[in-house]
Amino acid sequence: MFDIDKWQEIFATIKKNKMRTFLTGFSVAWGIFMLMILLGSGNGLSNGVSSNFMNDAVNAMWIWTGETTIPYQGMKSGRAIQFHNEDQDLVKKVSGVGVSSGRYFMGNTRYSYKKESGEYTTITCQPELIQVENIAINEGRFINQIDLEQKRKVVVIGTDIKTALFKDTIAIGQYIDINKVPFKVIGICNEPGSTRNRNAYMPLTTAQMIFNGANKIHNLAVTINAQTLEESKTIEEQVRNVLGRKHKFDPKDEGAIGLYNKLENYIQTMRIFQAITIFIWIIGIGTLIAGIVGVSNIMLIVVKERTKEIGIRKAIGASPSSVISLILLESIMITTIAGYIGLVLGTGLMELINYFMVQSAGPAPSSDQGGGSIFLNPTVDINIAISATLLLIVAGAIAGYIPAKRAASIKPIVALRDE
Amino acid sequence: MIKLNNIHKSYEMGNNSLHVLKGIDLEIEQGDFVSIMGSSGSGKSTLLNILGMLDNYDKGSYHLAGNLIQNMSEKKSAKLRNDMVGFVFQSFNLISFKNAMENVALPLYYKGIPRKKRNLIAMEYLEKMGLKEWANHMPNEMSGGQKQRVAIARALISNPKIILADEPTGALDSATSYEVMEILKDVNDSGITVIIVTHEHDIAALTNQIIRLKDGLIHEIIRNGELKEFKKNLIRGLEIA
Repeated sequence: MFDIDKWQEIFATIKKNKMRTFLTGFSVAWGIFMLMILLGSGNGLSNGVSSNFMNDAVNAMWIWTGETTIPYQGMKSGRAIQFHNEDQDLVKKVSGVGVSSGRYFMGNTRYSYKKESGEYTTITCQPELIQVENIAINEGRFINQIDLEQKRKVVVIGTDIKTALFKDTIAIGQYIDINKVPFKVIGICNEPGSTRNRNAYMPLTTAQMIFNGANKIHNLAVTINAQTLEESKTIEEQVRNVLGRKHKFDPKDEGAIGLYNKLENYIQTMRIFQAITIFIWIIGIGTLIAGIVGVSNIMLIVVKERTKEIGIRKAIGASPSSVISLILLESIMITTIAGYIGLVLGTGLMELINYFMVQSAGPAPSSDQGGGSIFLNPTVDINIAISATLLLIVAGAIAGYIPAKRAASIKPIVALRDE
Repeated sequence: MIKLNNIHKSYEMGNNSLHVLKGIDLEIEQGDFVSIMGSSGSGKSTLLNILGMLDNYDKGSYHLAGNLIQNMSEKKSAKLRNDMVGFVFQSFNLISFKNAMENVALPLYYKGIPRKKRNLIAMEYLEKMGLKEWANHMPNEMSGGQKQRVAIARALISNPKIILADEPTGALDSATSYEVMEILKDVNDSGITVIIVTHEHDIAALTNQIIRLKDGLIHEIIRNGELKEFKKNLIRGLEIA
């Protein structure tokens, strides 16, 4: 194997047969290159869409009230449903429901601090909301249980509100007027990946007390613990049943309460992605097979072309094994180097695309309205890349071995007559 | 040197079996210069292949320099070919992507001689053939006679006991043919047994012994003394024609 003379012989052969070497190498390099691009693109698409889902908890579910559309138990349709604090307790008891946060809508709320003022969205919530929605705290803290229990007049404001009202001065600890009621700023937050941070968060209990909410809730944000689409649907159904019994509406009434199940959506999208992944693999394996067939074909031709040379070598004293190893080592060397080149070019191109995507996305995230790109990190698992290359090398070796063995075992005289 | 005893060889052709050699008894002494003649299909090439250990025989026995050549592994027969036999072919059979020197040196590669040393030896042999200036030329840049001389140098480089030549002049014009025969004669004079297969009477007439094959059997053997008679007959035959 490490016979220097043998390698000199192989290198001499390669040097004198540039076209043949190039064709063999090219088909291998091209196969690997295409595979890398294909798998890389698939990964990029998959990564991109997955990251878009990461904004909120993937197992989030939102429930809001509406009007009944189906007459039920002698009551006409068109009846408005109103949630109260008890409803949240009911929903919490449904098995599979994790944390939850109620919310009371306040309509337009005017925020003012000294001479600055503006209208922003107020979200009244419980501390659990931070586990459901995508909220990042930049300064201070989020609403906590004590705020809720003591009905403290505190508020967490979005970065846009802070900038508008406070400019560069410190906001934490200052009091701002919300609809002319003073609230203490306890935190500054933003939504990662979003360009609008005009939301403010205050304790649900405080809002209910100050802004005539009594014990009303407008919607509920919960997390659910489900692994499959079926489980998630069951939880959804139970929520409808429980609330339907309480508010006397048909559980099948889609209008009475609104329900958005993100997990369901996520699972469905992931299913599509599984299908896309399978599709990409099928194409990838197809490409690989095409590469294997190409290499095999070239090896067959190479051996055929060298039949006479094999005969000559045998006549002057080459043993069959030395002939086979000469041909095989040559083909393995060519496919290995070419496979490596294809691997480097393919992954290199995908990394380059990745680099430019990061570059162009970096300085101007705000130009992209709210959403991330659907293409992210289009790179290939290096293990897959290497195994694909090895597969091609082995296939090339086998494809070369069979005809080489046959050629080495035919009588030299027959090989020599082969014109 | 070479002793054949009742050699049989047949080829399987689908369901039919083609009986090519039907019992050849032959003895060739060290230093002989022999030609094998016969019409096509008479088995002369098959005989040469068996002599050169390129092919097996079915029945009988073949002794080469005292060794029984029978049912040898490919590896062993390759080694023996490398040590004992040099081949010269009608179509030269040089490796097209190697230059003259590398072609000549190739048998020494299979003997395990280092590159530098074998190239040096190859140059010596090329010089003997008067082809020193052509050492770095590729086969397609040389004439037929030159190529055959390279092939003879290659056959000689491993110091064989026997040179087997299958129609060595078949692809050459008559002047070059005689040149090649002259070289083979010199080779023979150095003590190496030379066996050529040919269908040309004038070429065969340059050897010391002619073995005529007919239908897989030795039809006649014409030795030194009788050779003059053979030549006379040949000339008479030509005149009639």
